[in-house]
Amino acid sequence: MADETKTGEDVQSSGVGTTGHEWDGIQEYNNPLPKWWVWTFYVTLLWSVVYWILMPSFPLISDYTKGIRGHSQRAVVAEAVAEVEALRAQNGSALEDAELEAIKADPDMLTFAMANGRAAFGDNCAPCHGTGAAGFKGYPNLNDDDWLWGGTLEDIHTTLLHGINWDQDDDTRFGGMTAFGEEELLTSDEIATVANYVRSIAGLETRDDADLEAGATLFEDNCAACHGENGAGMIETGAPNLTDGIWLFGADEADIIEGVYFGRRGVMPAWVNRLDPVTIKSLAVYVHSLGGGQ
Amino acid sequence: MAADPLIAELEQPLYKEHEKVYPQMVRGRYRRIKWAVMAVTLGIYYGLPFVRWDRGPNAPDQAVLLDLPARRFYFFSIEIWPQEFYYVTGLLVLAAIGLFLANAIAGRVWCGYTCPQTVWTDLFIAVENFFEGDRRTRIQLDKGPWTTDKILRKVGKHGVWLFIAWWTGGAWVLYFADAPTLVVELATGTAPFQAYLWIGILTATTYTLAGHAREQVCIYMCPWPRIQAALTDQYALNVTYRTDRGEPRGSLKKMRAKEAAGEPVGDCIDCHQCVFACPTGVDIRDGIQLGCIQCGLCMDACDTVMDKIGRPRGLIAYDTDMNIQAREEGKPEAFRPIRPRTVIYAGVLVIAGLAMLFTLANRPFVDLTAQHDRNPQFVQLSDGGVRNGFRINIANKRLFHRRFLVQVRGLENASLSIVGASDDIAGTPAVEVGPDQTHDFRLLVAVPREYLPDEPSMPIRIRIMEMETGEVAEARDFFKSPGDQ
Repeated sequence: MADETKTGEDVQSSGVGTTGHEWDGIQEYNNPLPKWWVWTFYVTLLWSVVYWILMPSFPLISDYTKGIRGHSQRAVVAEAVAEVEALRAQNGSALEDAELEAIKADPDMLTFAMANGRAAFGDNCAPCHGTGAAGFKGYPNLNDDDWLWGGTLEDIHTTLLHGINWDQDDDTRFGGMTAFGEEELLTSDEIATVANYVRSIAGLETRDDADLEAGATLFEDNCAACHGENGAGMIETGAPNLTDGIWLFGADEADIIEGVYFGRRGVMPAWVNRLDPVTIKSLAVYVHSLGGGQ
Repeated sequence: MAADPLIAELEQPLYKEHEKVYPQMVRGRYRRIKWAVMAVTLGIYYGLPFVRWDRGPNAPDQAVLLDLPARRFYFFSIEIWPQEFYYVTGLLVLAAIGLFLANAIAGRVWCGYTCPQTVWTDLFIAVENFFEGDRRTRIQLDKGPWTTDKILRKVGKHGVWLFIAWWTGGAWVLYFADAPTLVVELATGTAPFQAYLWIGILTATTYTLAGHAREQVCIYMCPWPRIQAALTDQYALNVTYRTDRGEPRGSLKKMRAKEAAGEPVGDCIDCHQCVFACPTGVDIRDGIQLGCIQCGLCMDACDTVMDKIGRPRGLIAYDTDMNIQAREEGKPEAFRPIRPRTVIYAGVLVIAGLAMLFTLANRPFVDLTAQHDRNPQFVQLSDGGVRNGFRINIANKRLFHRRFLVQVRGLENASLSIVGASDDIAGTPAVEVGPDQTHDFRLLVAVPREYLPDEPSMPIRIRIMEMETGEVAEARDFFKSPGDQ
């Protein structure tokens, strides 16, 4: 068998010799490779040696060979990042002296502010307000139209600059809910009564036995100074509107009682010394454009 | 060792020395066709970047331009955006099917006449011929000593080769920028680095491939001959040595003697003119082979000889092996350019071409895509209403400013607003997009409490309409709300 296939007719008729290799009767045609092609292969071998010399290549015990070019991908990335930052600073320079309203009206500046604001929001604001700015209990949703300290561009910008209840900043927005229970200004019963009254002005269900008239009196005496006589809130003190459908700390009776008993004091850092002015302006425009801006 | 006798068995080495091919210049019908094809194809290649096409003030006026930084491809009246690049894919499909069709009818006509490798090699051989003379002179020149004359001839040849190669690279980069401007920049040394780099690369490849590698590209590098061999059939016309007419071959003297003695003689006088003329150095008399690019030059060479010895032309001609066999058996010849294979190729070609033309003629000049806010999916408002946010992207593919009204279908009493949109028409927000641009907008859709849909995810259609033309684009999305809980 083996001898027959070795001089098989196929091999003969093709006019091509074989390499002489044989595996179980299977032979290999010899279609010779041109020499120049073989040489290009040797050139690639040579090139790999050149590459080892030029570029980082071999791991050592605690280090690696650097190559004479000293190439480093980290350095390349750092350079690229620096380039982008320089470009960003250049593109953002127009925002430095621009009024907030003007930024919003100019398509180019708006595009920059939105992109820059989105990135800065993700880096700085998302831990408390959430990546989509939808907030959590105690951390306001910035998408809605309910603003404790005002929702105009200027208001948002001021809040961003100086924060809320941020002691290190003298210009911070200062305000908070008094702890009527802890400070023994109201008894527990009175607090339950006023909590039911608050639910009633918000259009929520109250307890059947709730004394709403007494609650109204208690409200007028204790709460109206900040929340207004009709409970519509007051931007100057950061007191929320109690008549709408949005509740930062929850609208259950227990939530409200907790708030009245222990008080509330939301805190937001001042960013004036942490972020550059262009970024803070971008953030103001971005937050304003989330939908609730006034 | 068993290996030694095995190696000793080798009839030829595993690696082959390069044998330089010295093609002889021929005259004749196919040579003239090749000159004409060369003039047309190279004329298009070198001249096309300078053809102007007025598109108005907001687009370049170069007829064919691949504007990579702006991501636009201009081809006369057609402008392709990156997302429309499938038209180029379609073009490649047409090119492939066209190649198959040509192959089914007349074999490797692409290789022989229009392949850039063939055309540039042909040009380089003509230059070589001009400086160093024809085949015989060139062989002697290469064998001879390095005289001043030889050096001058070689320098002249390589100089002109390099000039053509450089010009080829230069023409290439002109397709990627405004040609007249770039020419001035190149001449004054102010062109971008990439331009010089690519001219350098293209100069090197043209000089190497057309000047030195030549037939090696066809024989060792190109995949098409391999594929072609599998795609061809017995009806395809090929440059064929008609063995029925040519054999038995012999020298003219022997032929005449045999003829006188009444013995059978073939027309082939074994003059090797067909082999000398061949740019890839094959002997066509061995039949169809991978090395034959079917350029037709051997036909011209043979016809010239046939004329001289008073025999009819066409000993080497476009023919098929099947016909040779038919003639030998006394059967009629059969040329069948119309057969299932060609009909199917032509059909696919026509259908694909028409489909492309149809979609190209009917493609919209405005695009709208919408992306619903993922977080938060909806926002509850203080009055109990619900608002959804969308990022909409409008692509204005016209070369002028356009103003679009933005509407939402599928919701009752929805109020729309767009961040940054300053104007509106009767309460409907309107946005403007610059010529040949895309723009992102933030669209806010609010629905009052009493009109909130029962479904937590209500299908809606976001729609933009151009006021003047009424051109409309739509995107489907959803309005999310707490639903009827």
